[in-house]
Amino acid sequence: MRTGVKLAVGALLVVAALGLAGAAQSLVIKGSTTVLPIAQLIAEEFAAIHPTAVISVQGGGSGTGIAALIDGTTHIATSSRAMKPSEWEKAVANEVYPYHWLVANDALAVVVHPTNPVSRITFAQLRAIYTGEIRNWKDLGSRDQPIVVVSRDTASGTFESFKELVLENKEVTAPVALFQPSNAAVAETVGRTPGAIGYVGLGYLNPTLKALPVARDAGGPFLEPTPDAVVAGIYPIARPLFMITNGFPTGLILEFIMFVLSDRGQRTVEEAGFVPIRKICG
Amino acid sequence: MTGNHRRTPAVAPWAGRSWGRAREWIARGITWGCASVSLLALGLITVYLFREGVPVFRTVGPIAFLGGKAWFPTSDPPSLGILPMILGSGLVTMVALVVAVPFGVATALFIGAVVPPAWRNPLKVAVELLAGIPSVVYGFFGLVIVVPWLQAAFALPTGQTALTAALLLGVMALPTVASLTEDAVAAVPNAWREAAFALGATHWQTMRTVVVPAARSGLLAGVLLGMGRAVGETMTVLMVSGNSPRFPPSLTSPTRTLTATIALEMAETPVGNPHYHALFAVGAVLFLFTLLLNVVGDMVGRRIGRHG
Repeated sequence: MRTGVKLAVGALLVVAALGLAGAAQSLVIKGSTTVLPIAQLIAEEFAAIHPTAVISVQGGGSGTGIAALIDGTTHIATSSRAMKPSEWEKAVANEVYPYHWLVANDALAVVVHPTNPVSRITFAQLRAIYTGEIRNWKDLGSRDQPIVVVSRDTASGTFESFKELVLENKEVTAPVALFQPSNAAVAETVGRTPGAIGYVGLGYLNPTLKALPVARDAGGPFLEPTPDAVVAGIYPIARPLFMITNGFPTGLILEFIMFVLSDRGQRTVEEAGFVPIRKICG
Repeated sequence: MTGNHRRTPAVAPWAGRSWGRAREWIARGITWGCASVSLLALGLITVYLFREGVPVFRTVGPIAFLGGKAWFPTSDPPSLGILPMILGSGLVTMVALVVAVPFGVATALFIGAVVPPAWRNPLKVAVELLAGIPSVVYGFFGLVIVVPWLQAAFALPTGQTALTAALLLGVMALPTVASLTEDAVAAVPNAWREAAFALGATHWQTMRTVVVPAARSGLLAGVLLGMGRAVGETMTVLMVSGNSPRFPPSLTSPTRTLTATIALEMAETPVGNPHYHALFAVGAVLFLFTLLLNVVGDMVGRRIGRHG
């Protein structure tokens, strides 16, 4: 009986010690919904290498992540933009010195049905289409067919990117607009709808879609959505994705960042439908 | 549970009445406990839903929320009007009932009164299988088969419309309508049917003038519960309706329901901001609506067999 009690207490102590060791190895990642799939996939792989690490990955938006880093409630903030001056001021006032790591590029391809004769498109035309000013393909010198606007749901990071980069923060007000819950559903819908136009992450391009070269201005240049154009920084519907740490990190945080930047991490970035920050060797 | 699996000698202290009574108490405790857990869960869910939903009224008034025509939750400032989704849900549900009720009632009458008894059970099983198909399968079927078909048949710009969702929901609600109607028809006393036949009524006359009027309350319960099924359905609608948060100008335009709104946006909404609370409030609206349907359906359904 007594030995049983001793054993039980001993076991409890061991478990508690393990728990504490795990707690000491915790890593909190918080922020952008766009970066969320990358962070989640990489965190899973990272956890397989570091079985004692307790990693928590949360969304909430870039602003939320940066605010959490400033408050000291997260180790890594993920963000789809660099910090704003007001955030820098708050950080420095809190003795937090942010360090931006470029971990991936987010790029969106504008896609139409393969049978659509339209050959290229400008930002102004995209805005007119998504706000319902242009409702027929013939106004773009294509065939006579009503335009079916396809978009991600308004809460998604992908929509947020498109809205900021292309729509100048206007809302989608086109009369025939479909909102899809995922990149895959957008690709599926555009591939099946002759009059459709949509946007997907570069990782979702496939033969059932025709990706259009896009230009910021009517004069061009019109650029194809290729990883090379994104890495070179010339493709217009792209933005950098950051992980932000407090100062130059150490320990587990540094290991995680290094893992994200490694070939393996960058391949995961590619698998998640984003563009790696460099050509991956091997 | 010793002594449960073999006969115990009568002198054992737990034998006879005292053990029996103990078992009685244990059984009562277990069932009481289980029942309270489910009631408690329901209570907590309800409380949480309203606790998270009510703060939306710090951003918009109840009138603007329920009657607002614009839903741009990620704008700055956000527009949080859910009228298009209420109307979208209503439209899709009503049209679904137009499909489900005639087919469901006809199926039930056919199984209950027309078909030879040997065929009755296989048909019942078939209808119940219809109810057992997961909604994501209906959605996928809709996306791959019904959407392109409607697109081609009506020469539409897109086949993702209110009508598509309503057709699929109609098929999904059909088993609910059919099985409740069937119960109601079976509850009509046989003597009544025989009396009608004895008066020289045909099968059809008997059904029209005796069986259906007698089973009226069961029919209504079936319709109401079928309606609840259609209103609450999420996955199928999300996949085939196009999710456009505007009031559809016609049945063949994209629309969005309350359920699809929650499913689309909840995963990517920052916790605690007005949009998040608005989604909970949408959930509360749905909850109240389905609760109402279920209560009324139950009240009506209880009258089955009490003819008058």
